[in-house]
Amino acid sequence: MTVLTLTAQPSRDAGMAPLPWRRMVWVTWRQHRATLISVPAVLGGVALFLLLAGLKVHHDYAVLAACHGAGAAACENRASALTSTDWTMANTVLILMNLAPVLIGAFAGAPVLARELETGTFRYAWTQGFGRVRSTLARIVLIAIVLAAVSGALGVLFAWFFGPPMRNTGMTPGEATVFVTRGLAFPAWTLAAFAIGVFLGMLIRRVIPALAVTLGAFLALDLLAWLVVRKLYLPELAPGRIALLQRQPAVPHFWPAQFIEAGWLLALSALLVAATLWLVRHRVA
Amino acid sequence: MNVIETSGLGKSYGRVAALRDCTLTVPAGRAAALVGPNGAGKSTLKSMLAGLTIPTAGTAAVLGGQPAGSAAALDGTGFVAQDAPVYKSLSCGDMLHLTANLNRRFDHEYAQARLAELGIPLKKKAGKLSGGQQAQLALTLALARRPRLLILDEPLAALDPLARQDFMGTVMTAMADDGVSVLLSSHALAELERVADYFIVLASGEVRLAGDADDLLAGHRMLTGPAAEAGLVASQQSIVQIRRAAAQAHVLVRISGPDEPVPPGWEAHAVGLEELILAYLRAPGGPAQPGPSAALRPEPTEVAR
Repeated sequence: MTVLTLTAQPSRDAGMAPLPWRRMVWVTWRQHRATLISVPAVLGGVALFLLLAGLKVHHDYAVLAACHGAGAAACENRASALTSTDWTMANTVLILMNLAPVLIGAFAGAPVLARELETGTFRYAWTQGFGRVRSTLARIVLIAIVLAAVSGALGVLFAWFFGPPMRNTGMTPGEATVFVTRGLAFPAWTLAAFAIGVFLGMLIRRVIPALAVTLGAFLALDLLAWLVVRKLYLPELAPGRIALLQRQPAVPHFWPAQFIEAGWLLALSALLVAATLWLVRHRVA
Repeated sequence: MNVIETSGLGKSYGRVAALRDCTLTVPAGRAAALVGPNGAGKSTLKSMLAGLTIPTAGTAAVLGGQPAGSAAALDGTGFVAQDAPVYKSLSCGDMLHLTANLNRRFDHEYAQARLAELGIPLKKKAGKLSGGQQAQLALTLALARRPRLLILDEPLAALDPLARQDFMGTVMTAMADDGVSVLLSSHALAELERVADYFIVLASGEVRLAGDADDLLAGHRMLTGPAAEAGLVASQQSIVQIRRAAAQAHVLVRISGPDEPVPPGWEAHAVGLEELILAYLRAPGGPAQPGPSAALRPEPTEVAR
């Protein structure tokens, strides 16, 4: 048997400067590779679909717009055909976009700590030199950056895709279901769902129950926003159909409302991350 | 330097105390064995020393006064938890890389050489290793960090005899070559006796006995004599345990030195470590006993034969 010896001992005061954060980039990538590949891959697939479907939708409505005023009956037929096909598709995608934040956030967030606690690997991870609070924070922030980027991009693409059908049906970006898929609100909701997932994962310590409770908590938050909070900053427009293909009036206070919605969601997320880190620091088996 | 120092250390989960008022001092360079039945608080103590569990009472310090869990303590302490947890979906090579990134020092050369010697391929997933190999991987990761204190929680529990020997061989090599201090626990008393030179006996969340193996042995002896006089002897000596067998009684007593007189009509024998430890484990509610001083006298037990 070869005798292996360890080389020189570390000096006692090896300058206890914290380990550099950048080391966590590879660590996070390697440990959460499944999430960091699958979420962008699925959303990439969705984006490709939105791109192709969007080109068709935009083409269809361009044709419809050109048709306008020619043969009235022919145009009616074309319009009703679009309503039944393109609108059905667009509406389905809209529903999926409303669910996307919770699906992305819970799937990515709940396992971050729950898996470590469930499998016992936290006893490895949290006794390494990096320190458990710092390494947990780094992992959360790095995953959050990726989620914000991909969900933000998806929101922009969806807004482009959804423009013609929305205009055609007289919906406005001020309507709650559309409002949350746009601008800052969409990535903010995704991050909030992620933060809820991470926090509940730490609290519940098991992946599947944490996932389930995350879904419930998200729906409760969504309901709260819809029934109470959003009314404070997003004025409801008087219902009424805008004539087909008419240029839509700008929604008043749209961007301020987006900033407010994203603001409180991000504040809530930050609070949940802080609570998670507190639990990591203080509450271990 | 004391590699472990605790003072009044305690941990309660709600109202249940897993460890109470634990005051310990383990000098550097020792292989300290933590002995006790299930639920005695061994894992809790190790977990607190490793900085994983936060104490609810008292203080824990390692490596000459670094508070457990502090950056300096984490840096110099290698911890292999029970069942040697590793990320099962990661390859062994990735586990090395991961540990290297999470620590200030990592001896890649040592880690790779050890895994090669153990016949563990770097490309193999950690979850596909046998129990013994997984324990060896976890130990290699901990040792490659070049710790000055290595804490092992029931490292042998899931291993076959051959793997146990290999595992302890690795630990003893690190101790001999590098002066790593070790704290380990196991139910295999015989195995601990071969490795350890310092013993800490825990029962019901309390330290019953702690000290250097040689001091402990020198500080106790077994007296054998007529059962009828056992009561009288017990009243004169600092006793740990009385065992009556028919006409004879065996009384385990603490002594201050080899010159302590033997009661007339009684025979004195040296006591074995295993015998001594078992006697302390049986003693109900004895207070902490750092070293062989006879200042503290726990209630002795009577074991009928």
